[in-house]
Amino acid sequence: MYHTRRKPTTLAAVGALTLVGVLSACSSGGAAAGGETAGGGDATYTWWDPYPQHDDSSDWTGRVQACGEEAGVTIERTAYDTTALTNQALLAAQEGTSPDVILLDNPAVSTLADTGMLTTVEEFGLDTSAIDENLLAAGVVDGETYGIPIGANTLSLYYNAEVLEAAGVDPASITDWESLTAALKTVTDNGDKGITFAGIGTEEGSFQFLPWFWGAGADLRDLDSPEAVAALELWTGWLEEGYAPNSVINNSQNTVWEEFLTGDFGFAVNGTWQVDSAAGADFEAGTVQLPGRDGGVAPAPTGGEFIMAPVQEVTERYDVTRQIVECMTTPEGFVETANTFAYYVPPTADGQAALVEEKPELEPWVEAVRNAKGRTSDDLGADYPVISEALWTAVQNALSGAATPEEALTTAQTEAETATS
Amino acid sequence: MTTTEALATAGAPSGVDRQPPRPRRRRGPAVSQWTAVGFAAPLLVYLILFYVYPLWRNIDLSVHDYTIRAFVQGNAEFVGFEKYAEVFSSSTFPTALWNTAVFTVVSIVFQYAIGLALAVFFRSGFRLSGLLRAMFLVPWLLPLIVSASTWAWMLNSDNGIVNSVLAAFGGEQINWLTSPDTALLSVTIANIWLGIPFNLVILYSGLQNIPGEVYEAASLDGAGPWKQFWSITFPLLRPVSAITLLLGLIYTLKVVDVIWIMTTGGPGDASTTLAIWSYREAFGTGQPDFSPAAAVGNLLILIALVFGFLHLQLQRRQEDS
Repeated sequence: MYHTRRKPTTLAAVGALTLVGVLSACSSGGAAAGGETAGGGDATYTWWDPYPQHDDSSDWTGRVQACGEEAGVTIERTAYDTTALTNQALLAAQEGTSPDVILLDNPAVSTLADTGMLTTVEEFGLDTSAIDENLLAAGVVDGETYGIPIGANTLSLYYNAEVLEAAGVDPASITDWESLTAALKTVTDNGDKGITFAGIGTEEGSFQFLPWFWGAGADLRDLDSPEAVAALELWTGWLEEGYAPNSVINNSQNTVWEEFLTGDFGFAVNGTWQVDSAAGADFEAGTVQLPGRDGGVAPAPTGGEFIMAPVQEVTERYDVTRQIVECMTTPEGFVETANTFAYYVPPTADGQAALVEEKPELEPWVEAVRNAKGRTSDDLGADYPVISEALWTAVQNALSGAATPEEALTTAQTEAETATS
Repeated sequence: MTTTEALATAGAPSGVDRQPPRPRRRRGPAVSQWTAVGFAAPLLVYLILFYVYPLWRNIDLSVHDYTIRAFVQGNAEFVGFEKYAEVFSSSTFPTALWNTAVFTVVSIVFQYAIGLALAVFFRSGFRLSGLLRAMFLVPWLLPLIVSASTWAWMLNSDNGIVNSVLAAFGGEQINWLTSPDTALLSVTIANIWLGIPFNLVILYSGLQNIPGEVYEAASLDGAGPWKQFWSITFPLLRPVSAITLLLGLIYTLKVVDVIWIMTTGGPGDASTTLAIWSYREAFGTGQPDFSPAAAVGNLLILIALVFGFLHLQLQRRQEDS
């Protein structure tokens, strides 16, 4: 009797002790991580990036490690997807355990900067004068620069040369909205499908709508302007006429590309990152610049990641961090990054020239990137995500027929105004 | 569990009263109390860590104005119920509430009805019934991302198999996921399909507990299968049904994944439920908005709690009668 009773007691005690042990292990683990940061002279630097597709054996990891070795330290790299990385970065900042270096999608820079968790490039003594202004803009908040783009990509209009030829459309004739819509009509009348794009209710939807929005001369501060309505009417018009499939409402950019690769579509809106895939398609694919409403090249939004250095408790670490960042942002470094990823356009004139010399076929993309515009520029900063959400909701409502373009954008403007004021 | 242990230990000294009483007595209660605490400690620590703290944190988030800056710097302003007021006055709120109600009620009614029909069907234990029953579990075994994506492809407006079948019979193209009229219906259908196995399994095991003699007696009295179902199966299955429906309700209230993968709550707000709304505010945009998200989340917890208490109440009344 005593025996049986004592046993569970000891068990419980052991259990409780183990639990306490585990807990303290957890907390001491946290402390150790903090201690590492506090160590200053520690030789391990943490690095977060949004490329989970590149594992430890990839060229990219090799490149990151090489930069660490050059600075005489080991880099511990962790990859998340973009949204998770934003949340992780915020959480880490809250806990005071930020990594030494973060690579993150450019619209998130102003969001992170707004929290005060990032150092400015000035504090780091980094030179950003060579970086293209339109690309750097996404990292500038209230006159301070919080990161450096490691490369850039943007959108263009891919076409299927075979489909266009069959319909008798010359891609060079596409110079404005009118000629594009006419081309879509010809292609559709010929029995093929016109165009596919991404109208999904996420940031991707806004990303794809912006070239038309800006191409009409609209401004993100004024979502219900006649220009904005015209841009949205262009999209809804394509759906109504059957030039674009109804499913674009839920299309992500990946889906768009899969649809385009079937060879049924004349056109697709997609980015620099598909250059290799387009070259390997079963048909001949080409690109033209996205046209503005009345001609010219529409400013497409810039994509691509920024390299940032979060604030650390121990500022001695900054020295090495600066060396790592510099290693990633030299002209040679930019080209190397571009080659590692196959689709990145360097953000400096030198880097771009070097890349075009190596790969002349990327010339139109370099041109597109030069014309591109940061989503958070025009001093939108951390307001951009809010405005963007209102915008993609309006696009969804208009495309699905829940509201007219004008109604949808008026609602969006009201929402954006209340949310940002 | 803790109380019985405490009682057992407290009773121990009286069993050994031949020993000198004083020191024993004094140490006795202390030891037993410590034992009791020792037993309860792991559970308490677990509860506090994994239930009380997250819940408290959720409430804390919802009564402060956590902009991302405040989130990082930890100096969020206390705003009381302002965030709740914002949620209630938002134009999304009535839509989300209505969608949640429709999605939940329609889902569990059909899941339960189909699950029960299948359970009764499989009860007769014909050949291959085991294999067939196993096949009905497939929706449960597949990762949600797989089944939801498959549904999204099947219901695709232009290339989906559902529309191509409709077209083969001369029907018109239905924009299942991209029209505000059918988006909610589409995600509900997918969710019903996902929930059937759960209902089938629980109701089937409930059926095993109904003794066969009851049916024998009923058939001797001349009751047909229909009469047997309504007079025996259904009433005797009531406790199992109640718990199935309650669990189904709680599962369905908090469904995010299926809807998010199929429509992201769109087009517009057409298939946005409270759970989707909460998720979208917190993680769906580039700008995490934790306070309203937590407020909507708390609202969901409250709704689930109300139904949980309702269930307890019903159960108590059943036991009393």
